[in-house]
Amino acid sequence: MSETKTASIASKDKIIKVDYLARVEGEGSLYVKVKGGKVKNVQFKIFEPPRFFEAFLRGRLYKEAPDITARICGICPIAYQMSSSQAMENAFGVKVSPGIRDLRRLIYCGEWIESHVLHVYMLHGPDFLGYESAIHMAKDHGDLVQKALRMKKLGNEIMEVVGGRAIHPINVGVGGFYRAPSKSELQALVDELQWCREAAIETVRLVAGFNFPEFDMDYEYVALSHPDEYAITEGRLISNRGLNIDVSEYEQFFEESHETHSHALHSAIKGRGAYFVGPLARFNLNFNQLHDEEKKLAEEVKCVPPINNPFKGIVVRSLETLYAVNESLRLIESYEPPEPSMIAITPKAGRGQGCTEAPRGICWHRYTLDDKGLIQDAKIVPPTSQNQKQIEKDLHQYVSQYIHLPKDQLTWQCEQAVRNYDPCISCATHFLKLEIDREE
Amino acid sequence: MATHRKPKLAVWKFASCDGCQLTLLDCEDELLAVAGAIDIANFPEASRAVIKGPYDVSLVEGSITTAHDAERIHQIRRDSKILVTIGACATGGGIQALRNFTDVKSYIPVVYAKPDYIKTLNKSTPIADHVAVDFELRGCPISKKQLIEAIVALLAGRKPQLPHYSVCMECKRRDTTCLAVAEGVPCLGPVTQAGCGAICPSYHRGCFGCFGPKELSNTESLSHWWQSNGMDNREIVRRFRSFNAYADAFRKESEAHE
Ligand code: SF4
Ligand code: SF4
Repeated sequence: MSETKTASIASKDKIIKVDYLARVEGEGSLYVKVKGGKVKNVQFKIFEPPRFFEAFLRGRLYKEAPDITARICGICPIAYQMSSSQAMENAFGVKVSPGIRDLRRLIYCGEWIESHVLHVYMLHGPDFLGYESAIHMAKDHGDLVQKALRMKKLGNEIMEVVGGRAIHPINVGVGGFYRAPSKSELQALVDELQWCREAAIETVRLVAGFNFPEFDMDYEYVALSHPDEYAITEGRLISNRGLNIDVSEYEQFFEESHETHSHALHSAIKGRGAYFVGPLARFNLNFNQLHDEEKKLAEEVKCVPPINNPFKGIVVRSLETLYAVNESLRLIESYEPPEPSMIAITPKAGRGQGCTEAPRGICWHRYTLDDKGLIQDAKIVPPTSQNQKQIEKDLHQYVSQYIHLPKDQLTWQCEQAVRNYDPCISCATHFLKLEIDREE
Repeated sequence: MATHRKPKLAVWKFASCDGCQLTLLDCEDELLAVAGAIDIANFPEASRAVIKGPYDVSLVEGSITTAHDAERIHQIRRDSKILVTIGACATGGGIQALRNFTDVKSYIPVVYAKPDYIKTLNKSTPIADHVAVDFELRGCPISKKQLIEAIVALLAGRKPQLPHYSVCMECKRRDTTCLAVAEGVPCLGPVTQAGCGAICPSYHRGCFGCFGPKELSNTESLSHWWQSNGMDNREIVRRFRSFNAYADAFRKESEAHE
């Protein structure tokens, strides 16, 4: 549809409903209301039926939390397993050994690789290249899709070797791992990691050449930050507007609200509102802690902080993929199986918090336990609910800025603006229904 | 134009974590071959494209937890020649079926500030409680190997060959020392359906039943043994109540110890 045609409809009709998909079922949708040429209301709706994890965790044993909370999301189970394990350890006053810590970082790198590659090539890349999916893309770019699948597979393999299984690993527990993988099991990954390093570099160069819409926003970025490393499994929570707190202080600074239009709670910084978590936040806040190779490549492709265009998240994810590959190589190089692989735990009554960097942003957990280690109360704040408010703000701005575009193009780009945040696929952004009400 | 029409595959989601449908994308080595042999007609996790039904094979993930979903599954059944349920959510109600042992109304205020906004059914039920199901794949998540076998077999018009014996058999085949016998570790392997390849025992961990009860599983004898080793009833209940809590054999056994 041409621009003029869209415009004339907009001026004639009070309401336009754009129904882009044959089916409107699904877990996420988007609603934009335009009145007098101005965006009045934007709702990014999550229809995912409630599953009540925080309720049925009550009465379960602390040990079960990593297995149960993993089932919140099949795309980033490690995030839930790590945050819950650490929250429990925090409650019991247990510290894991450096060897266990390294192994946790390694399996987390596996999840970053798997999830980032899935996102870059299969979920987000097709938008930029103009395809409905990676499978459609494979017809013209077979080699590229093959390469992406091989990279993703490597991420899965790291998770399988360390965790026993890629989706919902079985080897991650409170206090460490049921069994530490042997040196040779990890060594077996090295050749493929080296291949993947090259592939990741090519990926960065490829996606940096995509066409990004002009779109800059003024964000408050929130991420973990650690003095010695690019934070993944631990650190303090910091932001570019002066936040600097221990993860245990989260609830004093952040609040959640429940909006009628969504089953996911909206998170906000008290007194300030929306904030941004995920790769862009980490990259902007902790850039200096990347390895030299990623930093140099970032400069080469002109993607250095501050990056305030969320569409460039795809470049940042690719740089983080390279980081995770290099970090895996480093961790495997120095690996000695930790002995014991799991620290013994004596439960005691208490409360503990844990927070780690899921591929799509911080995943925060808090548990209260009784003296037998049974969970009395649980609170879990996943990354997608933290970004939700910001996603709506982006859409508001985006539609305002690009209101003149033909509606099919606008719809596709709005979907893409949501995908910038890589919300867990449970949020079904590929099933977006865009309704635009245009009222004069 | 005597070309063969490619079979149409659709993937549907109900209450779930997306892990089972992700398993399809995790078949990295086979994905493009599968995608070449069929039309992926509806798979929102992977594609914006939507092709209208009817579908030759529908893979259904997730359990029924809302009135709307209870209706939606009937339309999917009407549109599908073969309907396969994938995963513990779809075949047994999933982890969210833990609500079935209590009143879900007591759950809502724990999670949501404005309970009135939440519309949910009191129970989380498997797909087969609502419509006829042609084939079930167990697991939380399903196994890649079993998924490929099911797709290939169904498209070829034969019955998928999947085991109905227990995880113990897979342990024996892998030569994993029995943790239960050698070390007294509580393990659900004897009553759990094979399919995972006995992963947990190979990582020195007792099976926790993510593939659900095998046919004719003697759960009573297993509980008895645990009891004689000093396990209390509350723990027995918890062990049977996880991802397959509402699957018949596990549900009954947990209720017997309440
Ligand atoms: S069965 Fe398990 S892995 Fe599959 S969708 Fe349900 S919770 Fe996720
Ligand atoms: S051993 Fe049991 S719990 Fe572990 S993966 Fe297999 S079926 Fe699931």
